[in-house]
Amino acid sequence: MVNHDEIKDLELFAKKIRYYTLKELTLMGFGHYGGSLSIVETLAVLYGKQLNASPEIKDDLNRDYFVLSKGHAGPSLYATLFLKGYFPEEWLYTLNNNGTNLPSHPDRNLTPGVDMTTGSLGQGVSASTGIALGNKLSGRDNYTFCIVGDGELNEGQAWEAIQMASHNKLDHLIIFVDDNKMQLDGPTLDISNPLDFVSKFEAFGYHSKRIDGASVKEINEAVEWAKSSEGKPTAIILDTIKGQGIPFIESMSDNHHLRPDEATHAEIVEALNSIGEEIGVIS
Amino acid sequence: MTFMPIKEEIEMRKMYADTLIELAAKDEKVIALEADLSSAITTSKIKDQLKDQFLNLGIMEAEMIGTAAGLSVTGFKPFVHTFANFATRRVYDQVFVSLAYAQLNAVILGSDAGVTAEHNGGTHMPFEDLSLMRIIPHNKVYEASDSTMLRHLLHKGYNEKGLTYIRTIRKKAVKLYGEEDTFETGSKLLREGNDIALLASGIMVSDALEAADQLAEEGIEAMVMDMYQLKPIDKEAVLKAAKTGAIVTAENHNVIGGLGSSVSEVLAEESPAHLYRVGIREKFGQVGTTSWLKEDYRITVEEIVEQAKKLILKKANIA
Repeated sequence: MVNHDEIKDLELFAKKIRYYTLKELTLMGFGHYGGSLSIVETLAVLYGKQLNASPEIKDDLNRDYFVLSKGHAGPSLYATLFLKGYFPEEWLYTLNNNGTNLPSHPDRNLTPGVDMTTGSLGQGVSASTGIALGNKLSGRDNYTFCIVGDGELNEGQAWEAIQMASHNKLDHLIIFVDDNKMQLDGPTLDISNPLDFVSKFEAFGYHSKRIDGASVKEINEAVEWAKSSEGKPTAIILDTIKGQGIPFIESMSDNHHLRPDEATHAEIVEALNSIGEEIGVIS
Repeated sequence: MTFMPIKEEIEMRKMYADTLIELAAKDEKVIALEADLSSAITTSKIKDQLKDQFLNLGIMEAEMIGTAAGLSVTGFKPFVHTFANFATRRVYDQVFVSLAYAQLNAVILGSDAGVTAEHNGGTHMPFEDLSLMRIIPHNKVYEASDSTMLRHLLHKGYNEKGLTYIRTIRKKAVKLYGEEDTFETGSKLLREGNDIALLASGIMVSDALEAADQLAEEGIEAMVMDMYQLKPIDKEAVLKAAKTGAIVTAENHNVIGGLGSSVSEVLAEESPAHLYRVGIREKFGQVGTTSWLKEDYRITVEEIVEQAKKLILKKANIA
């Protein structure tokens, strides 16, 4: 259990991640706004509390590992890694620029703190099962976390990985499903009904529960619950909204990838300034 | 010095399993991965010995590649096997992104090269695996022609960083090499000759040696090389062959993207010479015995001899 102050700290950290995510995307002028914003609270809980990872131990095999299988949410991971001190702030504003170290999808060979190259959907889940297996075989008790998109779970490979982790009892693998209910072409329900994620994961032999993916408190409690699991991997289904935390982006039906026009840009800048004030940053 | 093709005592798959035992004993980070074809390659017989250094994932090739990538992230050296068609075209994006692009370490063994897939037929008959693997940046690509070589290539793959692809047949190869042979340059010169060069890989190497004998009976002296390393190709060897002025390549693979293409790329850029590529041309696989399939696809000793003679005439007419 965490105390009230710790929750406040995690909420503040989430705000900072949201601020820098929005800022780097807006300076670039286009990008994957929707799915980057929906995982901000989860990143805050992981990098603010639950994930044993920092620049000092980035090559230590005993650290915890994080795989962003929904690689298109790279910008919010970069904002988090900057805030954790993996690289200087200037890097953030090179997002997707020619020759950058921060490409739209994470690259383990370009960005310090990125454990696995992702972007081709479904593959990161497999890599996270391999990492969890490697740690287990090496006798380490560190954790591997993976965030997979709800749309990404259309991919057959993801379900191969989910079954493999269950069969091999990878109980130090914790999978988050970012259930923001939208994929590039529209609502997941209309495109390929995912049915009930919790019962699907349970049928695959997982501990699974659905929580509010905008609540750092619930996310933190769910990770504690996952860490107490023995013999089974855990799948935490995050009830989220694409564009989470920025009401006018939340209300857009097609916010997967945005190239804001002048009016939208002005609204984003306004939102940015308002969060900036809250967290004490002048943009 | 007539070449007598004699099958080896040991099957290629047995050599794979034996070499895995050897490497796994030396390094606890060596791990063998299978996707339900463990019995076919005989690693099923060594799984108890390998214990935790062996994992059969079931019929999930994409996940097997992802698992290999994740294992490599945590310091393991995975040896991944499945049939060559599954190891390449079925999981191409996984191999490309999760292993190669991510700069992780693995050795992939693709078995049942080309026509040796025999009665598994067209779905299982890889004529394009070398081509697919060759265009992945920094990839090392080999085709083993006998078991001594296979053992060396597996050791080489173990010692190299990045991704190594080794193509092999599963059963007995024709014996070509002995314990004293080394495999460092990327090719083996098996016979000297000044009239024409026969460059072959895999099961076509012994055919090239037989073809050279037949050509010699007609007074044609053919150089023969085993081009076991498709990438990077041994340029010096190709240039030496080009000095004869005429080259026939022979492969159990599509002529696009494999050995014939590799050789032609060197020739076109460095030293043009007459070339004919014996190999699969615009065909899918089908069921059949290896010998019947070789006839049907015209990848035989006779075809090499015939094309060599045509090329020598061409060379004479132009000179």
